[in-house]
Amino acid sequence: MKISIADVSKRFGAFAALDRVNLEVRSGELLALLGPSGSGKTTLLRIIAGLDWPDEGQVLFDGEDALARSAGERHVGLVFQHYALFRHMTVFENIAFGLRVRPRRARPSEAEIRARVQKLLGLVQLGWLADRYPNQLSGGQRQRIALARALAIGPRLLLLDEPFGALDAKVRKELRRWLRDLHSEMHVTSIFVTHDQEEAMEVADRVVVMDKGRIEQVGMPQQVYEQPRTPFVHEFIGESIMLPVVVLNNTVHFEGRPIGVDAQGAPDGVATLFARPFNMTILRDAASDSLHGEVRGIHGIGPARRIDVALGGTQTVIEIDAPRSHNCAIGQLLYLRPAQYQLFPSEF
Amino acid sequence: MCSVQVTAPMKINPKAPGISASLPAPIPAQLSTQAAAAPRHRVDAREDAPWVRFIVVAVAVAFMGLFVVLPLACVMTEAFAKGVAAYFAALTDPDTLAAITLTLLAAAISVVANVVFGVIAAWAIAKFDFSGKNLLIALIELPFSVSPVIAGLVFVLLFGLQGYFGGWLLAHHVKIIFALPAIALATIFVTFPFVVRELVPLMQEQGTEEEEAALSLGASGLTTFFRVTLPNIKWALLYGVLLCNARAMGEFGAVSVVSGHIRGQTLTMPLQVETLYDGYQITAAFAVASLLAQLAIVSLIVKVVLEARLERD
Ligand SMILES: Nc1ncnc2c1ncn2[C@@H]1O[C@H](COP(=O)(O)OP(=O)(O)OP(=O)(O)O)[C@@H](O)[C@H]1O
Ligand SMILES: [Mg+2]
Repeated sequence: MKISIADVSKRFGAFAALDRVNLEVRSGELLALLGPSGSGKTTLLRIIAGLDWPDEGQVLFDGEDALARSAGERHVGLVFQHYALFRHMTVFENIAFGLRVRPRRARPSEAEIRARVQKLLGLVQLGWLADRYPNQLSGGQRQRIALARALAIGPRLLLLDEPFGALDAKVRKELRRWLRDLHSEMHVTSIFVTHDQEEAMEVADRVVVMDKGRIEQVGMPQQVYEQPRTPFVHEFIGESIMLPVVVLNNTVHFEGRPIGVDAQGAPDGVATLFARPFNMTILRDAASDSLHGEVRGIHGIGPARRIDVALGGTQTVIEIDAPRSHNCAIGQLLYLRPAQYQLFPSEF
Repeated sequence: MCSVQVTAPMKINPKAPGISASLPAPIPAQLSTQAAAAPRHRVDAREDAPWVRFIVVAVAVAFMGLFVVLPLACVMTEAFAKGVAAYFAALTDPDTLAAITLTLLAAAISVVANVVFGVIAAWAIAKFDFSGKNLLIALIELPFSVSPVIAGLVFVLLFGLQGYFGGWLLAHHVKIIFALPAIALATIFVTFPFVVRELVPLMQEQGTEEEEAALSLGASGLTTFFRVTLPNIKWALLYGVLLCNARAMGEFGAVSVVSGHIRGQTLTMPLQVETLYDGYQITAAFAVASLLAQLAIVSLIVKVVLEARLERD
């Protein structure tokens, strides 16, 4: 199912939790909603699910007005941040709930319900837990039961609010791969919320980055990472080096000296240069038109190591990645030049 | 926590250090070597000296005996002072039977009213934000801080012959004061905090997510209430009902003011006890009182069972 969100705004008192949000979700895709705490991710999901209503804007499911329908009529499977399993029901009854509460005409027979629930339990690989109560399950198991319960109604759309938020790193990784597989099997349009960028990058077809109730960028994970559209996205996705610079005649100056990189057409004035730590080239020879600074620390394991460099007079410390083969020592002077970078004019 | 009327229950936790320590602790065989290694009367800074514990426990037990067990025993002795036959004769007296019926009726009405009101109010407080919420929370506790006599007087002031609605009620032949309606109203007034105050903290803690999950799975509002909300609060609700019922049956002050003391008609059990006692029918008075005492004991037992259930959930 295709979802169109047009100019949706939601205020709590004077506070705008969502500010004119526009988003198209393609049929069958797995979309990640990424953003810092309080950016409005849950609010957006709740509006799509029908648990909250926007102050303005439209939500269309396959061109149909979804806001005219109640939560129950939308056939949206929702997995809550804290699972929200029915605590007094067994795992089996939790999953069966959506089928049992159907109007009599549409309700499957007891045998059918059993078969459906067993099948879903098999799908989430937890068949042996059918008679347990939610408080007898681990976090990861609860998570999967919550997902099975949402899938039981045969949802047209699956919404997952930080599905792996409360789990430890290893279980998270397992579950996220499992979700990926499940999605490619079932192909139900899915939106999942996370504030873990690695998770979003690994699992999603497309990523939506939100901040302060607004959508900053929508795109494929690679694209969002490599071509962040705003300083916020650059900073939020992946690690960033940020330098306050001045653009003059298409050259970039740091601390009053040119650093030998092109302004990429940025207008004259104050700007911020963004680069990734591994995109800093260490020059072989001293160069006056480069960044230079003293090595303050060297750490890290693996193929690359992390070097702290205190730049020039301001003592701005940046962290760069260098190949392990590169020899350097604390106190040494390094000459650097960003190989890839982006310039965002400062807003004043 | 509020106590059931007649008895003042005091929970004794067998694991409390004071109590277990007063008993001589046998030393298990496998530990005796360690015990021998350590000095026998080692002073542990975390624990009080044995004599302190002994005195604390003795005072508690003596207090319980004097103020709870002794009076209960007295009630029973007096009730059976003239034999079993007299006891049952007193209980089957028509006026007493009327008092029992009236008490059961008033308690049933107030329990039902409090369940309905309590669930709605607790739901509103726990799951919605609205202005005046804090005021409502404060008001719910009001009956606990107001003397029941005042509560009774308020109803007389409202519905009595000289009251605000007295004239209108008389003109329409509606009898409230000195009849069941006033007794039920007064009882509801003094008991209404019981259910709400059990439910509010529980519902606040449980939040609304389960209900929202049910709604999004296609359940109607009513189905959600009966299948999700109610099962989640049922033990707390029963607990509230129990306390409410115990208080309703034992209520004296508020009911006394609005009852009018018509023998065989508007006397509830506590009022019947008073009337019999004032009429020097001591044995009969204690016979009825013994029923109330038994109610208290049963309530206490059920309360302990419910508390265990609540703990488990
Ligand atoms: N019912 C409410 N009343 C008032 N403010 C609210 C309400 N619900 C959400 N908000 C506010 O709206 C903003 C967005 O909340 P939302 O829950 O959507 O954030 P989120 O992106 O899901 O954050 P998190 O990652 O912490 O879950 C927050 O600042 C929050 O305080
Ligand atoms: Mg959230």
